[in-house]
Amino acid sequence: MASRRRIYLDYSATTPTDPRVVESMLPYFSTEYGDPNAPHKQGRAAHSAVENARETIARILNCQPAEIYFTSGASASNNIVLRAAAWSAHQKGQSSHIITSAVEHSAVLRTAEQLGQVMGFDYSLLPVDHKAAVSAANLASLLRDDTALVSVMLVNNEVGTIQPIPELSAAAHRRGIPFHTDAVQGAGQLSLDVQALGVDFLSLSAHKFYGPKGIGLLFARSGIDLGMTQANIEPSLNVPFIVGMAKALELAYNQLDSRVNHFSCLRDQLIDTILSRIPDVHLTGDPVNRLPSNASFVFEGLDGNALVTHLDMRGIAASSASACKTGNPEPSSVLLAMGYSPKDALGSLRLTVGLHTTSDEITDTVDVLCEVVEKLRKLNREMAL
Amino acid sequence: MSSNADTRVVVAMSGGVDSSVAAALLVEQGYDVVGMMMRLWSEETVAGGAHNRCCTPDQMSDARRIAAQLDIPFYVLDTKDVFRNTIVEFFVDQHRQGVTPNPCMECNRQIRFRYLLQNALALDAQYLATGHYAQVSQGDDGRFELRKSADNHKDQSYVLSVLGQEQLSHALFPVGQYTKPEVREIAKRFGLPTASKQDSQDLCFIGDNNYRRFLTDHAPDVMVTGSIVRKSGEVVGEHNGLVNYTIGQRKGLGLSSHEPLYVIGINPQQNLLVVGTAEELGRATLTAKRVNWVSGSTPPEPFRAEVKIRYKAAAVPALVEPLPDSRMSITFDAPLRDITPGQGAVVYEGDRVLGGGVIERFDYANQLTL
Repeated sequence: MASRRRIYLDYSATTPTDPRVVESMLPYFSTEYGDPNAPHKQGRAAHSAVENARETIARILNCQPAEIYFTSGASASNNIVLRAAAWSAHQKGQSSHIITSAVEHSAVLRTAEQLGQVMGFDYSLLPVDHKAAVSAANLASLLRDDTALVSVMLVNNEVGTIQPIPELSAAAHRRGIPFHTDAVQGAGQLSLDVQALGVDFLSLSAHKFYGPKGIGLLFARSGIDLGMTQANIEPSLNVPFIVGMAKALELAYNQLDSRVNHFSCLRDQLIDTILSRIPDVHLTGDPVNRLPSNASFVFEGLDGNALVTHLDMRGIAASSASACKTGNPEPSSVLLAMGYSPKDALGSLRLTVGLHTTSDEITDTVDVLCEVVEKLRKLNREMAL
Repeated sequence: MSSNADTRVVVAMSGGVDSSVAAALLVEQGYDVVGMMMRLWSEETVAGGAHNRCCTPDQMSDARRIAAQLDIPFYVLDTKDVFRNTIVEFFVDQHRQGVTPNPCMECNRQIRFRYLLQNALALDAQYLATGHYAQVSQGDDGRFELRKSADNHKDQSYVLSVLGQEQLSHALFPVGQYTKPEVREIAKRFGLPTASKQDSQDLCFIGDNNYRRFLTDHAPDVMVTGSIVRKSGEVVGEHNGLVNYTIGQRKGLGLSSHEPLYVIGINPQQNLLVVGTAEELGRATLTAKRVNWVSGSTPPEPFRAEVKIRYKAAAVPALVEPLPDSRMSITFDAPLRDITPGQGAVVYEGDRVLGGGVIERFDYANQLTL
């Protein structure tokens, strides 16, 4: 096999850490290694690095530094905010209720289910339309006096649909209910201005925007008391990673327009060529209101797992909601919620572009994809599956 | 002549030592190796806590780590539905018909060397390798031959007797020329972490390896009590569902008799279990259907050969007579006590597999007039 350079089109899963980010982190491993809580010189240096990072992030989120809590990532942030909202309402004597959408990441959905099914809370799932969008009208109809929190993601991870967060948060606020968004997929591409979004809580992971893995944050608006303090959420600060996350966020938002332009041009090239060259394939999600980097499809009659396998063998890293390393595919719950049949929901493919993607790579990818789809459809006919 | 590096081989990996060594040997021989594991259907959990012995996350993780160690790609192929539809349904259905099927043979026929092989070929592989103990060679006439493993004790050529020329032309069995102790040594040499694992078991899809419990759960209709009779039709007891018995079984019949009685026949039409003496159990003939002749052509005349009637049985001398419609008739030199409908009858010439078929039901029970 000629060792052609591999093509990575799974940037929504994770991104490479920007070398400038790595550079920014290095001093905090072995030079400025102090504990930010310690009252000595090394401690002060580390503390100042953490607080500078908090300020940088707060500037981009348009919030106060004290409203930023460092966590191990968005999954942890989501868990913290859902549980804190449920239990603090419970403590106030309300039989509390949580609303989330049917297409959330499992970190939200499974937490809501556990709160509902094991811990005795109540939860409702907002339905989505065929483009995976939730509506403020639907939300308004589900809101109750005892609703403790509404949580809707900024961007769907599978199909890239951008949710109308400002309208949704306004609907929740009209009933005095706090609003959380898992913004992990939108970070580095969409505005994270928490005032414009109107959100009270927001979760991020650094590794989605060329920062390091294993670090993230929770924005929690001051004045909404869920019994959380920085002391009980941030037990031991991971200084180099916090510094790296702030650097990555700063790099992303300093050049947001050019990044978004780069992503959306390549995304449109992917979508246009795939839809014109391959039969029986559908774009999933919202064609207009979608994440600049996301191209997602359903291939009729194909298994997303097989698509990903064959693309990987041909040097292309892609993703499918139904592909997992255990070969135990379930139809994508997102596509099912959007109204796709279980069979179609097995045939999803997500291609997500990034900073290092080139137009030539897109051309090569579509050429390979055409061959792979044809080959797998032929195999299916022969196996009569 | 293309080099091994230009030859892609998909190796079916289970996380166990045999398939891991197979993969390692192929890598050492310079092939373009791709690891693949089938996610078969199996019971998730059964009462009492036993669960899913096949394709567990642990086994997948083991296979994935071995693939990473060998620096080869690794994929899991979703085979659940096709396995359930062809193998598990077949297993239940055959028991319903009063025969004891061999799901491993059927799996090699329909899953490994059809579904998996076709998927391997679609990945541009020329070969599918497995960790089976058997050997493929090419005769002077260019035809592929299936031979016993170098390890007579571990030999698995019996369950591979369903393969024809097309499948064998794509088959590699890298551990077939070694004994099991040698394979464990090779695993150590490669530093593979599976060198001391247990061998896998039959009936991988049954959570607790208890096929009677499985049938009770999945086909309760086969658990109907009925009469135990002698060949004469005399009722001597009651059975608690025909699937609880196999030919040759003596224990657990609950009969009081001055002479030992064995299951000699199963009649699902009349729900009868037929028992008889050791003498009545012995049979010298059988017929088999769905016969596969490895060479691709049916032998023109009856011939003498050695025949195995179970995976673990010895090959014994017999006269083999090919019949029309992919059937054959076999007459043993001496009667055998455990000829079991549904199992394979596999014909050997020395260490070479000539062919095999599925033992047909015999007609003791159908002759009964009750």
